[in-house]
Amino acid sequence: MEFNAIYVIVAREFKKFVRERSRLVSAIARPLVWLFIVGAGMSRLVPPVDGVSYIQFIFPGILGMTILFSAMFSSISIIWDKEFGFMKEILVAPVSRLAIVIGKALSGSIVSTLQAVMVLLLFPFLGLKLGAADIIGVVIICVLVSFLVSAFGIVIATFYESYESFSAIMNFIIMPMFFLSGAMYPVKLLPGALKLLAKFNPLTYGVDALKHMTSPLASGLLSPDFSIIADLAVIVSLSLIFVLTGAKAFERRG
Amino acid sequence: MAIIKVENLTKKFGSITAVNDISFNVEEGVIFGFLGPNGAGKTTTISILCTLLSPTSGNASVNGYDCAKEPASVRKSIGIVFQDTTLDKDLTAEENLLFHAYLYNVDKSERQKRIDDALKFVDLYNRKKDLVKKFSGGMKRRLEVARGLIHRPKVLFLDEPTLGLDPQSRTNLWEFITELPKRHNVTIFMTTHYMEEAEVCGDIAIIDNGRIIARGSPEELKKIVGGDVIYLKTSDKLKAKDEIKRNLDIDAFIRDGELFISVIKGDACIPELIRTLGDSVLSVRLQRPTLNDVFLKLTGKAIREDEGTDADTIKEEVRAYRRRQ
Repeated sequence: MEFNAIYVIVAREFKKFVRERSRLVSAIARPLVWLFIVGAGMSRLVPPVDGVSYIQFIFPGILGMTILFSAMFSSISIIWDKEFGFMKEILVAPVSRLAIVIGKALSGSIVSTLQAVMVLLLFPFLGLKLGAADIIGVVIICVLVSFLVSAFGIVIATFYESYESFSAIMNFIIMPMFFLSGAMYPVKLLPGALKLLAKFNPLTYGVDALKHMTSPLASGLLSPDFSIIADLAVIVSLSLIFVLTGAKAFERRG
Repeated sequence: MAIIKVENLTKKFGSITAVNDISFNVEEGVIFGFLGPNGAGKTTTISILCTLLSPTSGNASVNGYDCAKEPASVRKSIGIVFQDTTLDKDLTAEENLLFHAYLYNVDKSERQKRIDDALKFVDLYNRKKDLVKKFSGGMKRRLEVARGLIHRPKVLFLDEPTLGLDPQSRTNLWEFITELPKRHNVTIFMTTHYMEEAEVCGDIAIIDNGRIIARGSPEELKKIVGGDVIYLKTSDKLKAKDEIKRNLDIDAFIRDGELFISVIKGDACIPELIRTLGDSVLSVRLQRPTLNDVFLKLTGKAIREDEGTDADTIKEEVRAYRRRQ
């Protein structure tokens, strides 16, 4: 395995992440806005269900959102690298395309897990009670979901050559993924067509797995939509598929 | 030994044939110049040799490895400086080289030494902790040359290395490039459309419309034009013309009140002319053919005559502009 190549791709991303303070600030600000402005506002409209407040309900969804944005941005940076030429430096190196994709996916995973953990630390302020085992469970799922979304982002990035496509990705991929993930409302409440779309959304299973870890409810309206086993099976198998698809797409030569 | 072999290479993009059945070898240790106007097929050929494009037909090999079938071995054997910068501007000079060293699996014990040596070679050692975005175009290009050498490649590709640089950086970069084969035991494969820059090449191929139209050293190519031209002003040009014919057996011609003769070795001919014509010589001017003249002779057009209108040129200017940002 090409550990040096994977390591250095991750190290570069991490170094740039630490250097770019603005990226970190906006990455932390976004979940705070959703949680304490949208969440607090909606809590006035939506009464607690089975003792669970709306803000508690969306907490796993906000973790999922944090991961979604940061992992997608990390992977979409591939388009930046293509536009500014750095991708060529990587592509002409004697490194397998699989190692490049794994390196990029791990970069996204690490950076977004870190951000998700920072948001996770807010749980006491929401009246959630999580034990050490729950917290470890959340972190593990954050790692898996981060990897999944990063790998998905890489596949998306292979379709685009210029960063002008960025707003298209934002509006037609990232935002729908967020709203159809069960983050803001249970998937089981969605009308038929949207429910189907939600089931095709990789993030749905990530958010659902996080709900298993943080939700105090095992049944009822606000409980998870799928079993944890199903969630994990989908997350792991989709991750594999996306990594292999990404590697295949990078293999392509003109 | 030929380190690069190209046989009947063709690359088509849809209905456009960018490279049309070209064949050539590059010997180890030379500076090989691949010359031609914009859009002639230079970058396409380099991209195939660098394994970034697959050929439509024909073969290309570098260091004995087939570019289409053994891309990993080819990639290990080559370093590349692309037309557009491929540095990460948000990393420092040293970090860019470190990234490269890891990517090419340079041994841990060697890494730092090679990076320092490379930075010293291109005079950027004292700027190694600076972010690349603070560098000028010339410094970036030098850093890219340094980076291309970190993994000790057998061949270094330079695609239009001086494009978008000011004259001083250009001269400066050439000093480094001409030293490379000796100091780093590497073969240079470079493209340029600045014919005057190709003078440093030991071996040249001229490409136009996807075909190689001439091949040889700069001196050999210039012979295609017919050698040097000597212009003479004399007190009596008709008498001088006769004397040149009688004594040196060279036909002189008259144009714009000047005599001119075409000879292979102009510098050696001048003393003979002066001896023959004596005091009647008022002035002598020697014009040596340039590679531009060679191109003109071969294609009937100057290599850069379409500059400023050609879509490619505009594209390159945009790139060069971006690079300066």
